[in-house]
Amino acid sequence: MTEPQIKQANLAVELRNLNKWYGDFHVLKNINLQVQKGERIVICGPSGSGKSTMIRCINRLEEHQQGEIIVNGIHLTEDLKKIENIRRNVGMVFQHFNLFPHLTVLENCVLAPIWVNKESRKDAEANAMKYLERVRIPEQAKKYPGQLSGGQQQRVAIARSLCMNPDVMLFDEPTSALDPEMIKEVLDVMIELAQEGMTMLCVTHEMGFAKTVANRVIFMDAGQIIEENNPHEFFDHPQHERTQLFLSQILQH
Amino acid sequence: MKYAIEAALPPPPNTVGVLGWMRRHLFNGPLNSVATLVIGFLAVYWLIPVVQWMLIDADWVGESREACTSGGACWVFISTRLDQFLYGFYPSGEYWRLNLSFIMLAILTAWLMLPNMPFKGWASFLTLVIYPIVTFYLLTGGAFDMPAVDTHLWGGFSLNLILAVIGIVAALPFGILLALGRRSEMPIVRSLSVVYIEIWRGVPLITVLFMASVMLPLFFPEDISFDKLLRAMIGIILFQSAYMAEVVRGGLQAIPKGQYEAADALGLSYWKKMIMIILPQALKMMIPGIVNTFIALFKDTSLVVIIGLFDLLAIVQAASNDPDWIGYATEGYIFIALMFWIFCFGMSRYSQHLERLLHTGHGGRN
Repeated sequence: MTEPQIKQANLAVELRNLNKWYGDFHVLKNINLQVQKGERIVICGPSGSGKSTMIRCINRLEEHQQGEIIVNGIHLTEDLKKIENIRRNVGMVFQHFNLFPHLTVLENCVLAPIWVNKESRKDAEANAMKYLERVRIPEQAKKYPGQLSGGQQQRVAIARSLCMNPDVMLFDEPTSALDPEMIKEVLDVMIELAQEGMTMLCVTHEMGFAKTVANRVIFMDAGQIIEENNPHEFFDHPQHERTQLFLSQILQH
Repeated sequence: MKYAIEAALPPPPNTVGVLGWMRRHLFNGPLNSVATLVIGFLAVYWLIPVVQWMLIDADWVGESREACTSGGACWVFISTRLDQFLYGFYPSGEYWRLNLSFIMLAILTAWLMLPNMPFKGWASFLTLVIYPIVTFYLLTGGAFDMPAVDTHLWGGFSLNLILAVIGIVAALPFGILLALGRRSEMPIVRSLSVVYIEIWRGVPLITVLFMASVMLPLFFPEDISFDKLLRAMIGIILFQSAYMAEVVRGGLQAIPKGQYEAADALGLSYWKKMIMIILPQALKMMIPGIVNTFIALFKDTSLVVIIGLFDLLAIVQAASNDPDWIGYATEGYIFIALMFWIFCFGMSRYSQHLERLLHTGHGGRN
């Protein structure tokens, strides 16, 4: 049994028989997923299929009732220390950006590095400027989120997560709240990030993005993983009827 | 085809200006016209004698009731005793200490409340930490060459202000803790907060003051005697923190869930999340609510009369029972009403102004 053990060490995220209920409603049914370090995974599916819920379980924004979640070798339990440990290493980008409106862009970026990772303000700010340059908005550092466009805000949100030097990045429909002409600037940043080898789990319907960067595409419906494959196979030869229907609907126009 | 742009004409004269406004609002139909005339007649009928009595026939200057001969209001009663009404029995040579502390408070609040003032962080530190200490020594004395002034000498309008300001400022931190407790996921903390809030909100302030003054000493050994003012103060703070908790809870609920989630996802602990992300945003939304509670408490402070503290109401009542001034209680009560009204109206206008500011400034800075 040496092979699985070697594989184990390379796993960034592992979900084993994950089950979750909202009250009586069974949202996640026996999810099994292994994400290797450096792997880029795109998760798609109709609304209500549980895809957002699944990635929100990984950093415990949602609580699961059954099964195991292992992030970088840490078993996620109710233990607050472990939860904080995982959150420190897992960045998350939200659909509605969720920047802190009372803080400037720079303050948004340095808050967690200073108060969670205990970096000095000087180091944190230098690091933050580096990431703001990477998402191409260093000149907005002194502005407040309310003064920026949606695309700019989402790029700041990505920079804010990167400032924590995460091992894994979770994207929860990062472009669905954006105007069409702003989607590209955010996707470009995400593609660069993928090319640098970041482990990424993206819930998104941007199929072009999936084709460009994903190692694997996962299709979910009714709380289950219906199908997973490399993007080439996934788009050209979907195995499952439900997947075919879904793809025909979103690729129609 | 050619066309000429017609010259812009002014609107018909009976639709604009004072006349137009009156047509639209006061005389737009027979019923409204009759109502306007009747109410107008009554207003003039009552208002003229009141103005006559309060202002035209009134006596303003003098030393004793002998100066009041004209039959109108006798404001001499107020002016000769103004010091007492404002400062109670505080020694007259020490009035500057009260004045100084109120002036400092006014400056600090203006600094905090006016937009675009620099160093707000320092201002809050001064207001919440340094100012209370300085004021405590200033008002009680006994240090730095200032003679001690016992609290039973405190009184008048300054006592109302002191009780209300300390009540609100001290209740805020307790209120925040209670509100967080009420929203906590820990069942014991949550139930304790709910029980505390609901018990204190269900009891009238006058009962609380009575308990603080009469029953509290029964629970302590005889040789420990609390200052009467301190007891009232503690009662007011405990009472007020329950109300404050509900104001804070309203503010917390107005913060979008995404803010909590973003702070969680960055690994911030509960307290860091609350102190750095949630409360700064929530407090801004709570200012109108806090001002509102402050106005209510400010008026309630006159209830301390039942435990024998001489606030403005009590001291004016006592003065109107003075044999030298029998018969001028009306002037006294009008004066009390006016003092309270000026302060409360000012605060309410300020809070309205803030609400407008917060509405337009949505999503932007400050």
